[in-house]
Amino acid sequence: MTMGTVPATGEPLGADGGHLAVPADEAGRLLEAGRSLELAARRAGNAGVVHSWELVTAVDGPGTRMTLFLSGCPLRCQYCQNPDTWHMRDGEHTALETIVDRLERYRGVFAATGGGLTISGGEPLMQSAFVAAIFAACRRLGIHTALDTSGNLGARASDALLDDTDLVLLDVKSGIPETYQEVTARELAPTVAFGDRLSARGNHMWIRFVLVPGLTDAYDNVEAVADIVSRWSTVDRVEVLPFHQMGASKWERLGVPYTLAETRAPDDRLLERVRAQFRSRGLTVW
Amino acid sequence: MTISDTPLGSLPLGASDSAWRGFAAGAWTERIDLRDFIQHNVTPYSGDASFLSRPTARTTEVWESVSALFPAERERGVYDVDATTPSTITAHAPGYIDRSREIIVGLQTDAPLKRAIMPFGGWRMVAGALETYGYPVPADLETVFTRYRKTHNDGVFDVYPSSVKRARHSHLITGLPDAYGRGRIIGDYRRVALYGVDRLIAAKKEERAELDGMPSTEDVVRDREENAEQIRALQELVEMARSYGFDISRPAENAREAVQWLYFAYLGAVKEQNGAAMSFGRNTAFLDVFIERDLADGFIDEREAQELVDDLVIKLRIVRFLRTPEYDALFSGDPTWVTETIGGVGEDGRPLVTKTAFRFLQTLYNLGPAPEPNLTVLWSPDLPAGFKRFCAQVSIDTSAIQYESDSLIRDAWGDDAAIACCVSPMRVGKQMQFFGARVNVAKALLYAINGGRDEVTGERVVLDREPIAGDVLDYDTVWAAYLDLLEWLAGTYIDALNCIHYMHDKYAYERLEMALHDREVLRTMACGIAGLSVAVDSLSAIRHARVTPVRDARGLVVDYVVDGEYPTYGNDDDRADAIAVEIVERFMAMLRKHPTYRGAVHTQSVLTITSNVVYGKNTGNTPDGRRAGAPFAPGANPMNGRDSHGMLASALSVAKLPYDAAQDGISLTTTVVPTGLGHTAAERADNLVGLLDAYIEAGGYHLNVNVLTRETLEDAMEHPEKYPQLTIRVSGYAVNFGRLTREQQRDVISRTFHGSV
Repeated sequence: MTMGTVPATGEPLGADGGHLAVPADEAGRLLEAGRSLELAARRAGNAGVVHSWELVTAVDGPGTRMTLFLSGCPLRCQYCQNPDTWHMRDGEHTALETIVDRLERYRGVFAATGGGLTISGGEPLMQSAFVAAIFAACRRLGIHTALDTSGNLGARASDALLDDTDLVLLDVKSGIPETYQEVTARELAPTVAFGDRLSARGNHMWIRFVLVPGLTDAYDNVEAVADIVSRWSTVDRVEVLPFHQMGASKWERLGVPYTLAETRAPDDRLLERVRAQFRSRGLTVW
Repeated sequence: MTISDTPLGSLPLGASDSAWRGFAAGAWTERIDLRDFIQHNVTPYSGDASFLSRPTARTTEVWESVSALFPAERERGVYDVDATTPSTITAHAPGYIDRSREIIVGLQTDAPLKRAIMPFGGWRMVAGALETYGYPVPADLETVFTRYRKTHNDGVFDVYPSSVKRARHSHLITGLPDAYGRGRIIGDYRRVALYGVDRLIAAKKEERAELDGMPSTEDVVRDREENAEQIRALQELVEMARSYGFDISRPAENAREAVQWLYFAYLGAVKEQNGAAMSFGRNTAFLDVFIERDLADGFIDEREAQELVDDLVIKLRIVRFLRTPEYDALFSGDPTWVTETIGGVGEDGRPLVTKTAFRFLQTLYNLGPAPEPNLTVLWSPDLPAGFKRFCAQVSIDTSAIQYESDSLIRDAWGDDAAIACCVSPMRVGKQMQFFGARVNVAKALLYAINGGRDEVTGERVVLDREPIAGDVLDYDTVWAAYLDLLEWLAGTYIDALNCIHYMHDKYAYERLEMALHDREVLRTMACGIAGLSVAVDSLSAIRHARVTPVRDARGLVVDYVVDGEYPTYGNDDDRADAIAVEIVERFMAMLRKHPTYRGAVHTQSVLTITSNVVYGKNTGNTPDGRRAGAPFAPGANPMNGRDSHGMLASALSVAKLPYDAAQDGISLTTTVVPTGLGHTAAERADNLVGLLDAYIEAGGYHLNVNVLTRETLEDAMEHPEKYPQLTIRVSGYAVNFGRLTREQQRDVISRTFHGSV
């Protein structure tokens, strides 16, 4: 629903022209000045581009969490359920302070439910300075932090950021490089490297694997994912997420060709086979 | 000297030695004081649910024999009616489900599910119901109640001013208890069990002596007449119990008698009154004292203790009233609101959770889920962990519990308060309310824009008002007109309620329920509002977007064009939520300006029960884009689909509504799917406990929690009209179930329940 709101701070000055009694070229200059201020704030991590936020329970980490969806993603996953978060231009410029105010408001909720903040996207590491600043604020406030990422931009995550991260929800979208490329239009290697780094640093991880019949469900592909994951010592659980069609209407609305229109959700047998592949390596699987 | 001639204070204690053996004495032994009795004798329980018993074969047989009648009742609307006997406490011969097997006895009439007529509220309701269900309307009774005996309904229409009639006719004020029993009065039924009726009569005679010492002003004369009626009702109650073979003039001697006496007292009330809500009170800690004593003495075991509670609950599930289809349209599902208030924490910090609190919840497993009795848990983060966990588990398994804020209720009304109906709190035996239904604040906004004319009929309902002229609506102009309209509405509303309750006291006085109260009771004038979220979103649209009215040939605004986006109520966004707070506070302040019948304290609720559909039906297009006739959100709920930041964010918007300005309660209904709470049963229960803690700590007042099963979702596929607000969640995404294609719905069903424990 578009009627629900995202935090609407920092509306571009005179964006609709109607509220400002100034000549059009003057308005244009103010607009320019406003934009460059915004960009400077973003580079410093004092602001970011936000798609939306929600309070969710039992997904995206333990307890009840505020999940903050950032805009912008380098991947183009065929099964993406949030294609409206691909582009920075579709999000809303939001000050760090606005986010922190809301987090402070929810400290009681997080304490009561054993929850915290999850930053998702899009790919949150597109805006790694913003993520680092928010997580640093969470550290000060004693709020549990989770980073929901594909790992593709893991190199952008500073050690300081990872020090302030309590849990990484790492999507391993496929285990065979060619399949990964087909699914996401990107390379597998950076994700593997990021997982190695997290494991070496002692960062806890929940691994997520989206099971898409005909795309990611090949036995060998799942074996490859499980092999990668099982060499990381800090993985607490693996979540096998069944593909669903909930995002289909978003693709349609955006006018982007959707390749999985005919794909069905995996049946119970397939899900059980895949979960067993992970389980056989001693992993905790959901 | 007979006991009934003796004031309670001078009664020798020895008379109750066997009934009160082992109980700790206190002020309650000297005067009628149930709270004091509980405080001195309660045994809080901090363990888990593992001690509970499953139903006995006897319980199951009794339950099956009565539930076998339900399909026929559902099909015909009623199972049977006694059309010729106006119901009183003693009007009907004893009735049984299965006399040889029942442990607790007593029915409203001489057979289960046979409904009685109660004509003192109004004859038309009775005649209409009899005609609807194919029973002949008795000519002699019709003569009595239309020619010789005036009813509450007749009285009210003798005195309504024209402004009230217009507001009522146009559905600006709706659901008024002017043709049916007002209900929402809770007799302190425990008194009968603890003291026996003789002592209660003695205490009433003491009160009478006090009244006799006062000059005979109008108020005192009324009090004396009511006192005489109360004593008469208590005597009839003894007679009714005697017809079942029990002597309730004396106190209950053991747990079984305590349950039976308590139930007889309640039964007397539902034989006499067809109230909109006939709530049961706060009885679990009280009964637990008797049960604990019998368990300690070895008179009963846990299985038998559970049997007592199961049998009582069977009786509470089959309370029935004869009502018309119009009434049912307003309050769908034949509700009786036999609300039982459970749990909470005492003023001294000790939880009032006992094993019997668990036993009541256990009935939802032993007898299966049911809407009645309306089990209501007073929730506090300070409740024992084992009880919180069990509540959450029962909610997840049955969706049958509602929760209310223990601290808000305790701070306002003390720790012996119970809920009447859905959300109305009151000190048991010390406080009653004048039920006031509600006004439609969304429709009032349309009246403000149209200068007091109805947006559907064009009729002028509010006089001397000018419509708002011009194209784009200006917020300040609309807000000022709205406040002006609400001022008028508040005065008209209190006018209506004063007329209603004067006549209800006069022609349909709740003799028995009030006999189980102190003489001096706190009365509240329980006003209410409906359509809050529609009004808020409409005003937010006018303020933050551009709203252009569309006028018809009569110059009446019949629609609105909304251009641009605007913040909506239900997203924990102060820009919208502050409007909701302001409407509630402003309207409360307006109500308080008007004097009330019997000096009742003004309160208000944000509650619609199920009438949100009917209110919506009678309201035209609104500036938030809602179409004419479309349902409102229930109670204080945000409009479905506009709360896009998750269930808890939606709840936190509602939690901003200040209880001080809505002391009759603020209702929120929410629906979650089991997997929306976690992967495993344990994780789900823990997460639901966390959500309840978080909401209540944030100042939330009430929460209905629906946790849906596969069966419910399948039913929703077949009957989508029953589930307009069913929202389902998957990771990071929420959709309205009804808006999905069948294919997607099937997908959700298979996903949601896969791997559930």
